Amino acid sequence: MSKINKSIAGVKAHIAPKSDYRLSTFWLLLPYAFLFTLFILIPVGLALALSLTYFNVIEFPEYKGVFNYVMLLTQDEVFLKHVLPNTVNYAIIVGPGGYLLSFILAWMLAQIQQTPRTIISLILYMPSMVGQVFITVVWRTLFSGSEAGYINALLLQWNLIDKPIQFLTSPEYLMAIVIFIALWSSMGIGFLAMIAGILNINQELYEAAYIDGIKNRFQEIIYITIPSMKPQMLFGAVMSIVGAFNSGWIGVALSGTNPTPQYSAQLLINHIEDYGFLRYEMGYAAAVSVILLIIVWGFSRLAYSLFGEKEEVQ
Amino acid sequence: MSKFQGNKINPAKFHRSQLKFYVILLPLTVFMFLPVLYIINHAFKPLDELFMFPPRLFVQRPTMDNFRMLWRAASTTGVPMSRYLFNSVVVATFTVVTNILIVAMAGYALSKKRFKLKQKLLNINQLALMFVPIAVTIPRYLIIEQLGLVNNFAVHILPLLAMPVGLFLVKQFIDQVPDALIESAKIDGANDLYILTKVVMPIIGPAIATVALLTFQIVWNNVETSNLFVTDESIKTLAFYLSVFTDRVAEGSIAGAGLAAVASLIMFVPNLIIFIVMQSRVMNTMSHSGIK
Repeated sequence: MSKINKSIAGVKAHIAPKSDYRLSTFWLLLPYAFLFTLFILIPVGLALALSLTYFNVIEFPEYKGVFNYVMLLTQDEVFLKHVLPNTVNYAIIVGPGGYLLSFILAWMLAQIQQTPRTIISLILYMPSMVGQVFITVVWRTLFSGSEAGYINALLLQWNLIDKPIQFLTSPEYLMAIVIFIALWSSMGIGFLAMIAGILNINQELYEAAYIDGIKNRFQEIIYITIPSMKPQMLFGAVMSIVGAFNSGWIGVALSGTNPTPQYSAQLLINHIEDYGFLRYEMGYAAAVSVILLIIVWGFSRLAYSLFGEKEEVQ
Repeated sequence: MSKFQGNKINPAKFHRSQLKFYVILLPLTVFMFLPVLYIINHAFKPLDELFMFPPRLFVQRPTMDNFRMLWRAASTTGVPMSRYLFNSVVVATFTVVTNILIVAMAGYALSKKRFKLKQKLLNINQLALMFVPIAVTIPRYLIIEQLGLVNNFAVHILPLLAMPVGLFLVKQFIDQVPDALIESAKIDGANDLYILTKVVMPIIGPAIATVALLTFQIVWNNVETSNLFVTDESIKTLAFYLSVFTDRVAEGSIAGAGLAAVASLIMFVPNLIIFIVMQSRVMNTMSHSGIK
């Protein structure tokens, strides 16, 4: 065996000298690795480092140990009372909830013919690509507090309300609206990946399963569909979680203020912005960033433990 | 057995058993589509229809007035809208092309080369799939400031180039390219540059298209870089300008709603066209998207 390996290596060395080979691998990887380090690795490291300091942008950061974390987890009432519970609610409904929804839709789409499937999936995918400007404009007008706002106009017409509701400035509605919009725009590439995954499953597996005694569609999903497309399930899950956190700006955009009215739709992302760019307490904001990254990571771990293969990362 | 045939995945023909899926999917699709339909109609409404109460969804007498007004409104701010549009087109083109090159190079190396750190690098990139850029806005700002990139055109491009999803999808797709093909090219004396551009790139077209699409979506809709890193109005992008503009006109004026709808449409339509054109290639890429 080792002899064969050696002779293969010998042939390789003949074709391309080893040093040459390494050099070209290095150059191929360099641009990506450089940008990845500069804009992902270093920022994450810097966030970790800054979270241990007091930093107001003007003076050099002053080392404070875990002071920011202690403050955050014991003294920051807004964080404990509003931001954290809001974020957990939001993340669970939009992350795993949106994910479940996109799986069910993808599964149903796989059961119909190609042309209607293509059209419907395009329409479902659309909200995920319309962009920030579109989302803000359309939902701000639809939920507008004046009687010309579409939803208010409809409710008035149907005599369900007497006077228009201030949807976007009322604490009791804002969070629900934010979650609704985030779900609306959550059918992104994870959703497309799941459609592709379901379509790729070998048809014979199903036939075999029916011979083995599977009785209904539900069993089919549990025993054949999901196990056969675990990699796509995992990709979809990671995309859902990341998507949910990336949509955290919606509440501030709709209400037009940060903090949102009575902190009703305040999420970790808005809290970071509030401290970082409005109060210039960068060290504190960095600590919030670190918490956010840990939460995203935690959700992803969960997805990995559900769908990952055994020899997975870490 | 006949029941099973009717339940087939990806059916070629219509069967009664599919009806139940349509009953759920169609109303939901219409519902999801309503906001888009609203924007399209609103953009073409003349002033009196914008004021109509109760509001009506469909436009009766479509007009281009709102488009003309938006174009003119822009020039009163000093910097004409054409300038923002030009900036956005340049930024988007550069970002998409560069990203494709960078990601294809790295994807080729990570898929077809054998070296010590390979598995580690793949794991790091896989971990970075769950990276949320918004969380590190502050450190990014500090880095960009240190590099002297504030008010530099490149600031719209560089931070968007590190795209773990892009690399991941391209690498997965290059895994499908048979090793024998690359080996034979090597035996013919081809170097890596030749293999990458003439052998690998033509085969991974669908993955390239997908990366182009995803990059374009992010860069075209990107408001953040103009907002944080640029104070010079003449190098800000269209997305930023329109977001500020729609914020301004949205408050109070109903005529503004027509302009805001046009602005939204301008941001949305390029994405839509690109997606429709690339749709089948994207789906092809997605079948190799699984994380193992």
